Amino acid sequence: GLFVWQLKNAGIRQVPCQFVHLCRVANNRLITFQYFNFLKRMYVTQYNKDLSQRAKPKSDSVASPFCELRQLDHEKKVIHKIRPISPVYEPLSETSSRSKLRETKSTAETEDSVTPVRAEPKEDRQWKEMKLQLEDLPGILARLSKIKLTALVVSTASAGFAMAPVPFDLTCFLLASLGTGLASCAANSINQFFEVPFDSNMNRTKHRPLVRGQISPLLAVCFAASCGIPGIALLTLGVNPLTGALGAFNIFLYTCCYTPMKRMSIANTWVGAVVGAIPPVMGWTAATGSLDAGALLLGGILYSWQFPHFNALSWGLREDYSRGGYCMMSVTHPGLCRRVALRHCLALIGLSTLAPVLDITTWTFPIVSLPINLYISYLGFRFYRDADRSSSRKLFFCSLWHLPMLLLVMFTCKKAFLEKEDKGDLLGGSRGRAMEMRLP
Amino acid sequence: PPPHSHNDWIGPPDKHSNLRPVIFYVPPEESALERRLREARQEAQACDQRFWALHNRAFRQEKEEFIYSRLKAKGLEMRDETGQKATLNAEEMADFYKDFLSKNFRKHMQYNRDWYKRNFTITFLMGQVALARALRWLRWKKKNVGN
Repeated sequence: GLFVWQLKNAGIRQVPCQFVHLCRVANNRLITFQYFNFLKRMYVTQYNKDLSQRAKPKSDSVASPFCELRQLDHEKKVIHKIRPISPVYEPLSETSSRSKLRETKSTAETEDSVTPVRAEPKEDRQWKEMKLQLEDLPGILARLSKIKLTALVVSTASAGFAMAPVPFDLTCFLLASLGTGLASCAANSINQFFEVPFDSNMNRTKHRPLVRGQISPLLAVCFAASCGIPGIALLTLGVNPLTGALGAFNIFLYTCCYTPMKRMSIANTWVGAVVGAIPPVMGWTAATGSLDAGALLLGGILYSWQFPHFNALSWGLREDYSRGGYCMMSVTHPGLCRRVALRHCLALIGLSTLAPVLDITTWTFPIVSLPINLYISYLGFRFYRDADRSSSRKLFFCSLWHLPMLLLVMFTCKKAFLEKEDKGDLLGGSRGRAMEMRLP
Repeated sequence: PPPHSHNDWIGPPDKHSNLRPVIFYVPPEESALERRLREARQEAQACDQRFWALHNRAFRQEKEEFIYSRLKAKGLEMRDETGQKATLNAEEMADFYKDFLSKNFRKHMQYNRDWYKRNFTITFLMGQVALARALRWLRWKKKNVGN
């Protein structure tokens, strides 16, 4: 059901794009506005360490505490079912279950699982035939590829594309988005392929398709290949080789560096932040064909954003990480965890100020974004000082709306392309028309 | 699983290891390759089950011990006046989690290596089996079309 809704939404998103293409340039604002509307409508709730932000449909996210209460009931039911034998453990598991639920990390996943858990708590306890049902396949593949996270990744890539100081090219935009989406699906599938026993042991991830045996590992790998290869080919041939290379590199970074590193060293968080920063850079290079300062700035903003987001989230998952053998700052270096989160909140302010300096936005941007940046920094400071569940949750939830809002403000403050043409030779960033005007 | 089924069956998560056990179907005309695959999967399942059951049990036990020792240090009992089990808050538990993770680091490193190896081997075998089956089916088809 959720997946179908996603598809429908995606379809609705595309239609205005095509329609608008017939209209004037100023309408590219409308396209992105639709995007951000979509983003705003989605309540980004899951952020699994694999940098998978899961978006939940707004109807479900009206009031997150309510959602969590609902989840609490179901999780409680599940927990009681699974551990009726250890009464000693029960009160402990209750507290830990409540803490596990607090982080909406389990959102989309729990969303997928809440409905099945609600509808068929008994069926989950039954033996199932390991036979692939074709009608289940789309849903299974959607969960395998973490489709909602993929959608968010594509959104950040589109933001990168939109911020690039070139005339909007719809075909390029669509190809870049599709290529990025396919690459993201591939990377997510391989990630799940690598993590089956660990996922089984963590509450958030134990309903994944490979864990439940709904799909064989072979099929998962084939699916990943059939998404990744066309995706990268599309980016390399249909957009430009640089974007393709970045896409391939990102897949490699995510599956071969980040995923194994999660269990080896806390440095995985930094690698993961780079993985999250690359999609907007890809969007930018898709539009302009080169790696400008603007691309790096956008990447930098997303890189910095990952830290308050993830560190706050991981604060509530320490038990699961500890038992599962994941090396995360929140478990091994809690002080560092909070320091880094705060540091990067402040860095966001700095990066926002850098945007007009690099002529990507007007000076309105750092001014308008200052309140939200200050607010997240304030929450980051509270998290740093208090180091408790409530401050971590506040910071996490703030990061969820902070990013879409920041990107939206950035887009509305984008330096108009016409204005840039006059300063074409100063920037060196504009191409095409600026060049034509200067050639005798 | 019903005796007439021709597929593997997967069950609910195990109480100790949280892994889902699989009962493998042994086809009457199982080829050598298919047998290798099945045995590899069975062995992997046993290894994983063993590791996680022990690991989770150790976690639970050590967690209990930790809580007990901390409560004792604070002069509290395991159960308070209402008979409810006394718990420590998240910050106190954080010390335990950090400790547990570092203690088991080597164990996890070893397991990771084994798991990746097993996973690749099994998936590769699955690929070989799928290919063999596909070729067999094509040959059968050709034979039938020929007839």
